[in-house]
Amino acid sequence: MTALAIEVEGLVKRFGDVVAVDGLDLTVRTGACLGLLGPNGAGKTTTVEILEGLQRPTAGRVSVLGRSWDRDAAAIRSRIGVALQETRFHEKLTVEETVTLFRSFYPRGVAVDRVIGQVALEEKRNARYGTLSGGQKQRLALAVGLVADPELLFLDEPTTGLDPASRRDLWTVIEGLKGRGRTVVLTTHYMEEAAVLCDDIVIVDHGKVVARGTPSELVHSLGGEHLVEFVAEPALTAEALAAVPGLSGQRRREDTVTLSVQALHEAVPAVLRIAEAQGSRLSRLSTRAATLDDVFLALTGRTIAEAES
Amino acid sequence: MASLRHWLSPRWQLFLMRLRSFTREPSATFWVFGFPLLMSIALGLAFRNQGATRLTVAVVDGARQAAVMATLGAAEGLAPQALPLAEAREALRRGKVALVVVPDAEPRLLLDPTQPEGRTARLLVSDALQRSAGRVDPLVVEEEKVSAPGARYIDFLIPGLLGFGIMSSSIWGLGWALVQMRMGKLLKRFAATPMRKTDFLSAFAAARLLLACLETLFFVAFARWIFDVRVAGSLPLFLGWALLGSLCFAGISALVASRAENSETASGLMNLVTLPMTVLSGVFFSASHFPGWMQPVLRLLPLTALIDGLRAVATDGAPLLALLRPGLVLVTWGALAFALAVRWFRWV
Repeated sequence: MTALAIEVEGLVKRFGDVVAVDGLDLTVRTGACLGLLGPNGAGKTTTVEILEGLQRPTAGRVSVLGRSWDRDAAAIRSRIGVALQETRFHEKLTVEETVTLFRSFYPRGVAVDRVIGQVALEEKRNARYGTLSGGQKQRLALAVGLVADPELLFLDEPTTGLDPASRRDLWTVIEGLKGRGRTVVLTTHYMEEAAVLCDDIVIVDHGKVVARGTPSELVHSLGGEHLVEFVAEPALTAEALAAVPGLSGQRRREDTVTLSVQALHEAVPAVLRIAEAQGSRLSRLSTRAATLDDVFLALTGRTIAEAES
Repeated sequence: MASLRHWLSPRWQLFLMRLRSFTREPSATFWVFGFPLLMSIALGLAFRNQGATRLTVAVVDGARQAAVMATLGAAEGLAPQALPLAEAREALRRGKVALVVVPDAEPRLLLDPTQPEGRTARLLVSDALQRSAGRVDPLVVEEEKVSAPGARYIDFLIPGLLGFGIMSSSIWGLGWALVQMRMGKLLKRFAATPMRKTDFLSAFAAARLLLACLETLFFVAFARWIFDVRVAGSLPLFLGWALLGSLCFAGISALVASRAENSETASGLMNLVTLPMTVLSGVFFSASHFPGWMQPVLRLLPLTALIDGLRAVATDGAPLLALLRPGLVLVTWGALAFALAVRWFRWV
């Protein structure tokens, strides 16, 4: 068995004049859960659909489970599972009928009952698709993706549009699917989701990889794990703030200053001293742990929410 | 184990999906079974063969007006109406009455001899007046009333409506389902599995055949029950012809739906295909009413071929050998449409 479930080199996808994927390189270790993270329109879905064999790349080399889509499409299809960004299954079919239909397409797989149990839909087994809630529909999509017991599972924005409680329920389900050598590729624009579920993260923007690593590596790459945010009137100059101990970066957005620091117990008193010395009033002061959102902001100058608007 | 393998056959599961989407959708049931039934009842009532009509004749004011009115009123097939002379002449001119009687001692009849109704009325009126004046007929003539099944409008209409119903349920039922599945990305989801396209196609075709079979048998049964419309020729041939037509239109439907991305485009295309044929192919009236130069084109339309064949078997009892020409039209349209649909079909 190859140690890499997916290898992508120089992937390009153009739609007319629009470049959706612009020279993307990617490797996914067998058994890992990789998060493709980025705003809507970053090229995540296009990339994943090329990996799923649903779109053809304009250029670049793609290898999935050691095989190529050009030569071994049928062999790859029977070994991967897919949950598309949004699939409306047949309104009038029940959960069990839908899973059975998809099970019939695969030469090998798991029992229908077991998959329904894996996504915790036992009680809805005989409910028609049209009557399911958003979270239950996503869980059914997951069950359909799992029915072939795939070596490689693609989840494209599995929790988009769900309320926070349903999202956390789904995370629990996805957590249970990892392991046993199964590789998972998950796209999301929720930083928190990637941080919770993924071993490795690739941040994508404008069709290119802008950063990759484990969640903690990416957060460490900011230089500090803690953030101090404040609003001072009059504003404190960057030169004055350079004296804060353990400072690894500072950003200004409108009135708010954000400092990346290593130790709060050293940095916060320093900020207070500088404000006092300059005669400034602090109208707000807060601290928090750095997140992947801060990584994206540091890399692109935008938050994910801004990148999407 | 064998039964499980059969249960898990992709063709069987796809076939079940189609059947369930039909049986669990009340409106689909209505469009296939209820709508053609209501349509044929409405048209059957509007164009029923009426009993012998009564001819209206005017009786002008005069001494014996009342007696003549009574005599004509008692006669079969006449509806007398009392009118002043001037009005009676005007009514005759406008065709509102077939004839005017001036009831003097020697009655006079005013009529337009170029009008068939006028000539009929003259025979009926003079017959009635002569008998009331005491004429005795030397010969007794017996009548037998005959209305031949197979020659009524409803006999013409039922095969036309069945053909129309098969076209509609094939084009709308199948095409609509395909476009919905594309819009909901279900086709794309299928494309991401190892499902064979031929399984998909054959399951959909099999479901269409089963539904068309039920639709045809239901139609034949209620036409027989309500209107006493009978299939003069072979019933298996009639059914087989309907199934051939439904396969042909299933192919056309797959072609129409092969690339449509949304329901607006799809319904526009489906109307574009079905509406002209509804008018041109002789559903409600014989296509022979259209000018001669159009006839070769009309005979090449698939709905014309379907309906002509159904009518030939139902009313004339035509054998299969008499249907080679329309059969060729149906097979050609169906095969061509299927081939192009498979080539152009958009899964993603």
